[in-house]
Amino acid sequence: MKARIHVFLKEGVLDPQGKAVMNALRTLGFGEVQSVRQGKFFDVETDPLAPGESEARLREYCQKLLANPVIENYRVEVLEP
Amino acid sequence: MKVAVVRFWGSNCDHDAIEWAPRVLGLASEVIWYEERELRGADLVVLPGGFSYGDYLRPGAMAARTPVMEAVIAHARRGGLVIGICNGFQVLCEVGLLPGALLRNQTLTFLHQEVVLRCETAGSPFTAGIGKGRLLRMPIAHGDGNYFADAATLSRLKDEDRVAFRYVDAEGGLDPAHNPNGSLDAIAGILSEGRNVLGMMPHPERASEALLGSSDGAEILQSVLGSFQRA
Repeated sequence: MKARIHVFLKEGVLDPQGKAVMNALRTLGFGEVQSVRQGKFFDVETDPLAPGESEARLREYCQKLLANPVIENYRVEVLEP
Repeated sequence: MKVAVVRFWGSNCDHDAIEWAPRVLGLASEVIWYEERELRGADLVVLPGGFSYGDYLRPGAMAARTPVMEAVIAHARRGGLVIGICNGFQVLCEVGLLPGALLRNQTLTFLHQEVVLRCETAGSPFTAGIGKGRLLRMPIAHGDGNYFADAATLSRLKDEDRVAFRYVDAEGGLDPAHNPNGSLDAIAGILSEGRNVLGMMPHPERASEALLGSSDGAEILQSVLGSFQRA
């Protein structure tokens, strides 16, 4: 299976990096930019998983390691079964 | 009192931490490698500063999932004493022994400077000998020390008197200009629910001899020994 896992800061958690990136974009003349939130993604390849099991399994990766639930949310996306 | 310092790949304040107990208390420190599953009878476990595993994923995230941390968690659950300094504080938050998380400094820069801390509670082994309201000088050296917790967690920390230290100005007053990393409520250090685990971003082990510019950090260790002997 191939999947992409997105991990991003929860709403309300300050993102000083995103803010710096936003300021840089505005400095470059992109004055329309009002907000930037920075996150990350993980491209994951696994052994074949039982149909219907993949998403739960991916969410477990997030809960156990990839995301810190105190500050981050996540979204999993199966690309190829 | 037996003292042990845990060493991870990428710990870089481990030597300061290892010297801490010998120089301040005249007690030996054991060094425990991250692959070990026993704490060799340690009463006080110190998680040192540094950049364990290169801060990969999140600061402290990889160290939090090492074998030795299972032993540290078990030790803490039994009421054993743990101090996490800097990266050690980040590890303690990652394993859930302390609430909240340490975010990137508000300045986005690595900060290395002396700070003034105000001791906020005498109700812990680490601060009983220091006393509420006392000011301590010691350095910080971190890129991710911006303490964050959600509103419910923050109010619980305050209600339960679990804020150990805050960043203050030289007179002991709260002032955003003296909260170097932008920490929520100027929090520099917190205690666990059982009050036996302390996490703090500043480095007491680097300020425990007059030669280093301040010996205030020694008081934390002296306080721990005093509490240990009374217990």
